[in-house]
Amino acid sequence: MDTLTWTGSLGSILVPAITITAAVFVAAVIVQLIMGVFAADVKLQANPDGTLQGRGGLLGRLETYTGWLFMLLVGLIAAFIVLAWFMPYGEAGILGEISRRFLPTWIALIVTFIVSITFKRKLGLYGKLFDSTIGMIGFALVMFWVFTSIFVGMFDMIGTHDPLQQISGLKNKLPGVAVPEGQDEGFYPHYLLGGDNLARDIFTRMVHGSVIVMIIAPLATIFAFMVGITLGLPAGYYGGKLDTVLSFLANLILAFPVILLFYLLVTPEIVATGLPNFLAAFLFVFPLVFFGVLINSRYKTQGSKNTLYLAVVLIPLAVLYLSVISEANSPLNIWPNALDLITIPGGILVVFVSVVFVNSPTVFRIVRGLALDIKTRDYVAAAQTRGEGPWYIMLWEILPNARGPLIVDFCLRIGYTTILLGTLGFFGLGLPPESPDWGSTINEGRKLLLIYVHPALPPAIALLSLVLGLNLLADGLREESLKD
Amino acid sequence: MGLFILRRLGVMILTALCLTFIVFWLTNLYPNLEKLAKTQGNFRMSDEQVETYLGNRGYTQALPVKYGQWLGVLPGYVIEGTDGETRARCAAGRAPTEDTATFCGILQGEWGQSTVFKDEVGSIVSTRLGLTGKLMFWVMMVMVPGALIIGVLAGMREGSRTDRSLSTVSIVSTATPEYVSGVILIAVFATPLFGMQYFKGTATSAMDDANFNNFFLPVITIALYGMGYIARMTRASMTEVMTAQYIRTARLKGVSFPNIVMKHALRNALIAPFTVIMLQFPWLLNGVVIVETLFNYKGFGWTLVQAASNNDIELLLGVSVVSVFVVLVTQLISDIGYVFLNPRIRIS
Repeated sequence: MDTLTWTGSLGSILVPAITITAAVFVAAVIVQLIMGVFAADVKLQANPDGTLQGRGGLLGRLETYTGWLFMLLVGLIAAFIVLAWFMPYGEAGILGEISRRFLPTWIALIVTFIVSITFKRKLGLYGKLFDSTIGMIGFALVMFWVFTSIFVGMFDMIGTHDPLQQISGLKNKLPGVAVPEGQDEGFYPHYLLGGDNLARDIFTRMVHGSVIVMIIAPLATIFAFMVGITLGLPAGYYGGKLDTVLSFLANLILAFPVILLFYLLVTPEIVATGLPNFLAAFLFVFPLVFFGVLINSRYKTQGSKNTLYLAVVLIPLAVLYLSVISEANSPLNIWPNALDLITIPGGILVVFVSVVFVNSPTVFRIVRGLALDIKTRDYVAAAQTRGEGPWYIMLWEILPNARGPLIVDFCLRIGYTTILLGTLGFFGLGLPPESPDWGSTINEGRKLLLIYVHPALPPAIALLSLVLGLNLLADGLREESLKD
Repeated sequence: MGLFILRRLGVMILTALCLTFIVFWLTNLYPNLEKLAKTQGNFRMSDEQVETYLGNRGYTQALPVKYGQWLGVLPGYVIEGTDGETRARCAAGRAPTEDTATFCGILQGEWGQSTVFKDEVGSIVSTRLGLTGKLMFWVMMVMVPGALIIGVLAGMREGSRTDRSLSTVSIVSTATPEYVSGVILIAVFATPLFGMQYFKGTATSAMDDANFNNFFLPVITIALYGMGYIARMTRASMTEVMTAQYIRTARLKGVSFPNIVMKHALRNALIAPFTVIMLQFPWLLNGVVIVETLFNYKGFGWTLVQAASNNDIELLLGVSVVSVFVVLVTQLISDIGYVFLNPRIRIS
């Protein structure tokens, strides 16, 4: 097999077209920005036929043209991606082959968008997201990685090789390199993005890295929210001494330089003392408390229903909780190993705990602020007059009304957690060194960065696109939720 | 005002004590001490030997006692060891003499000895801080004006194309952590790959002789990440000010738009970003650690990584004291500065 070029036969037409369009688009945006600073305000005029008149003149025309240029650019890139699916192997070059490997993701993405846009008026805030361009771009980026991680993690579809397989002779080889002759039938014949320092396929490692990020980041954020909400609501609602103590503790953790905390928590010596397990036992109890109080505060007057609901929710959660925190080879071994459903591999629990620990004080502060604001509303006063208990008011009156800012912050915080995970990987903390997560692979790649650039760039760009997507999504959600 | 500052100072000292105690406790956990004994003594020590080694050097005292000695509020230990030697904390682990001080903790300026660099912790921290100070100075010079300009331009006319483009730029910059932007910047500007090899990929030479060539990439890497956040805060504050009553009055009076922005809006819009810039310091510290590791610039962040990964207890404690101190002082300055800058609070 020959070495693949970047764009193959499609490149000769599409690449110059995309480059020229992109250059013109960037130039137009810059000119427009400069003109926009000096331009007068737009005065919206209603025409007799009911239409609105926007900005006219040179700037107005330029704005329209940039819009078209942007559509053209998107169209050209889409054409490249779609054409590559139908070409014979190797014709479309590295980028084309990557696009073809991602085919399941593309299909899932297209189906999601078609369904969502068709029914967007019936889907509430989620549907409104499809009214904002920024929100749609963000959603697309996020869902791209969500679908990729699902297809990689559950069906093993997108990756071309095994993420740990080494093929001798491919160490640090450039993208598009062909694997040596003499492999089995059906063996993928190229390293699409080249080989890393241990001759493993970079493309496969990148897509497998998404699975780790997609499992840890959202879960850790959910746990941080559980902790933050369970502590923040009473702090804001009751105020007083409780608030002072909890806020002081939150500020204490926030004043800690994050990296120092990671180094202190994640070293093997500390792990040996079982400190992370005890911290996990403390932090993971919050979801139990949260759901217990949530159900009890609502149904406590209806005895049998209350018991039933509590049992249905709390017993599975408790079993999960015990099997997560109790590990056979750690100081905290309180649950019989035969019943241990989940064994979290080595470093992951430590990483998970430290990320939750770092994130919860910020969530606490946000929830506390929201509770302080909302507790003065009339409907809270009405509930108090009805004689509802404080936890009912907090969880069933205040919390649902604070959901807007919390959803937006949830998106941002997943992105931030992804960055934290990357930071841990970057310093080689927690996760095992052969783990394909993005932080660790960036760390591997940066050691030889000045000689071989290609191992570090794909995970860096992947991480960037996911975090960017989450930020754009949060921005779109905020904008759309503020509209009503 | 005086009472306010006093109360803040009190909380700050309490926080500092709690934080240093936590760091002290974590670094003095037994497995860490065992590792220290084995690296300092020899690797084939039995458990009993480790025990006596640590006991002779005062490591097995109760934690609050050790903390008090380290802080300098309790007298340093003088222990007659099982091997017949007498060791005193204040005589650097040798037998005490006539002029050995009774107290020797960080309050007396005794920061201890680094086991990795074989030097006084105090002098290491001060030289490294100087290097990082140089880096931070240039970061601030790039980041603050850049962020303020972007924020003000975007917030001037809410919802305009300028606003949308600049907001997107700041979102992109907040979504790019230092280890991503650093890697991309090095790949583009420090390797021949894209034909734009303008800068150096390491900043080791910038420690003695910083110039544009070797210092630009680390500075811009840290600045980019912080810039977006400050710009968004400035934009939010600017849009809020631009909808205020007095701006409408100025408009109705016929003041020109540039005049409104420069003379009426800007001063009030810059109060909130001031606190944000101050509160960015802890995050910048994070960025400094990453960038100094990535660019091999041997400053404070690099020292933190070295101390933490080599189990250098005294140095790690020194580094954490300094970083906790920096964070708390910037918080204090931001609180006080907010009160000073905001006439509504200052006058009442």
